[in-house]
Amino acid sequence: MTHIFQERQSILNDNIIEEATIVEQMIKKIINALINKDTNLLQEIIDGDEAKVNSLVIEINEMIIQLIARFQPEAGDLRSIMMIYKINGDFERIAKKSSKIAKSILLLMDEPPLKPFQDVPKMLEATISMLKDSITSFTTHNVQLAYDVCERDDIVDKYRSHISRELLILMIEDSALIQKSQSIERITRNIERIADLATNIAEDVIYIVEGEFIKTKKSKS
Amino acid sequence: MINSILKIENLSASYDDKVIIQNINLEFQKNKITAIMGPSGCGKTTLLRCLNRMHELTPNAKVSGKILLESTNLNDNFMELNSTDPILVRRRIGMVFQRPNPFPNLTIYQNVLAGYLLNGIKLKKQEADEIVEKHLNLVALWDEVKDNLKKHGTFLSGGQQQRLCIARALAMEPDVLLLDEPTSALDPISTQRIEDLIVELQKTVTIIIVTHNVGQAGRVSDFVAFLYLGDLIEYGLTDTIFTNPKNLQTEKFLTGKIS
Repeated sequence: MTHIFQERQSILNDNIIEEATIVEQMIKKIINALINKDTNLLQEIIDGDEAKVNSLVIEINEMIIQLIARFQPEAGDLRSIMMIYKINGDFERIAKKSSKIAKSILLLMDEPPLKPFQDVPKMLEATISMLKDSITSFTTHNVQLAYDVCERDDIVDKYRSHISRELLILMIEDSALIQKSQSIERITRNIERIADLATNIAEDVIYIVEGEFIKTKKSKS
Repeated sequence: MINSILKIENLSASYDDKVIIQNINLEFQKNKITAIMGPSGCGKTTLLRCLNRMHELTPNAKVSGKILLESTNLNDNFMELNSTDPILVRRRIGMVFQRPNPFPNLTIYQNVLAGYLLNGIKLKKQEADEIVEKHLNLVALWDEVKDNLKKHGTFLSGGQQQRLCIARALAMEPDVLLLDEPTSALDPISTQRIEDLIVELQKTVTIIIVTHNVGQAGRVSDFVAFLYLGDLIEYGLTDTIFTNPKNLQTEKFLTGKIS
C-alpha cells in the first residue's frame, strides 16, 4: 500500500481517538456534574460536545469512504477500517445518549434526590471504565483487555436491575414519585446502552486483531 | 488557490484524418500528481505525447491548440510551446514510457547522464558523479547499484530498469514528468515501489501519469482527468471523483461498466 494510504490511515486513527476523548469527557462531565451539582457541565455537553462529535463522525465517514474507494484495502487494513466505521457509529450513539442523560439530569437537579439516584454515579463509573478500556484496547490492540470489557457488561446490567427494582418499590409506595422515577429509569437505560456500545467497541477490537467475530466464536464453542 | 504549471487550451490531435483528442482544456497543478485515465483508445497517451511535442514526430500527425508551460527562467510567466524548440521542451517536460528502455549500449552511470550526453552538454567528473548519485538516490536505486555503475542498464531487473529510466528523466531537472503507464510491464512488488516513488517525487516535480489501471489512479494521484472517445469528460480531485463522480460515463468507467 502506498505512503498516501498509510498517512491517511494514521490521520483516521488520530481522528477516531480525538472522538473517543470527547466522548469519554462527556461521561466524566456527567459524573462531575452529579457530584458537584454543576449544571454548566451538563449544558456544555448539550450545547457543544454532541455537535463536536457529530462533525467528527461526518469527517471520519468521508475519510473511510475515500480510503475504500481509492485504495481498496485488504486483510488487516480492511478489518481495521471497517471496524473504525462501526466504532465511529457507536461513538455517535454514545454522544447522543450522553446528551440525553445530561438533559434528564438537568430536569432532576433542582429537586431533592431519590435514594436510587445516588447509585447512578456508581453505574456511570463502571460504564466509563468499560469505555476507557475499550478505547485503550483499540489503540493498543490489547485483545485481552477487550475480552475483559465484554465480561464487565454484566456489572452495569446488575446496577440497572438493582436501581429499577428500587424505583418500582418507590412508585408502588408513592404515586407522586412516578414521574421522577421514570426520569431516573430513562437515565439508567441510556447508561446501560452506553455500556453495551462500549462492549461493541471491544468486540470490534477482537475482530480487528483476531479476524473473527466474537459472536461467531461463542456459537462455535 | 489554483497553482497551475501547465495549461492546455483547445488542444486537438489527429493522425491522418482521424481525430484522437478534441478541444481539451485542462490545467495541471504544480507539485501534484494528475492521473489521466480512460478506456483503451480514448486518447490518453496521445494527450501525453502532445505535452512534450512527441505526437508531431509521427507522420501525418496534427496538433492544434495551446500548451502553456510556466517558466521560472523567463520573464514571461508562460511560454508558448509551439514557438519553442522541441528539444528544449523535452528537457523541461521529461517522459518515461510503458516499457523500461535504458540504452542497452550505455552503462548505468551513462544512462543517468544520457540527456546531457545526447544534448552535447559537457560535465566535469565531479558534477557528473553528483548528478548520478543524487538522481539514483531520488529513485531509491543508489544503494542497489552503486557498486555496479559501470555495468549496462540492461543488467538490472525490470523494476530497477524503470527506476533507472525515471532517474534519467529526472537528471535533466524537468519541471514536469510524464509517465505513460510506467508499471504496466512490471510485477506487483516493482509496481508498488514505483507507486511509492511517484508519490515521493511529487515534492520535486509535477507528475502527469497515464494509466488504464483505475486502482493505480486512485492510489497515487491528487487529481484525475477522465477521457472518453477523445473528449475530456471529467476532471477533479481524486477523492471527489472516486467517491462521487458528476458524470455518468465516469461512474460507469470506475465501476467497470465500460472499459
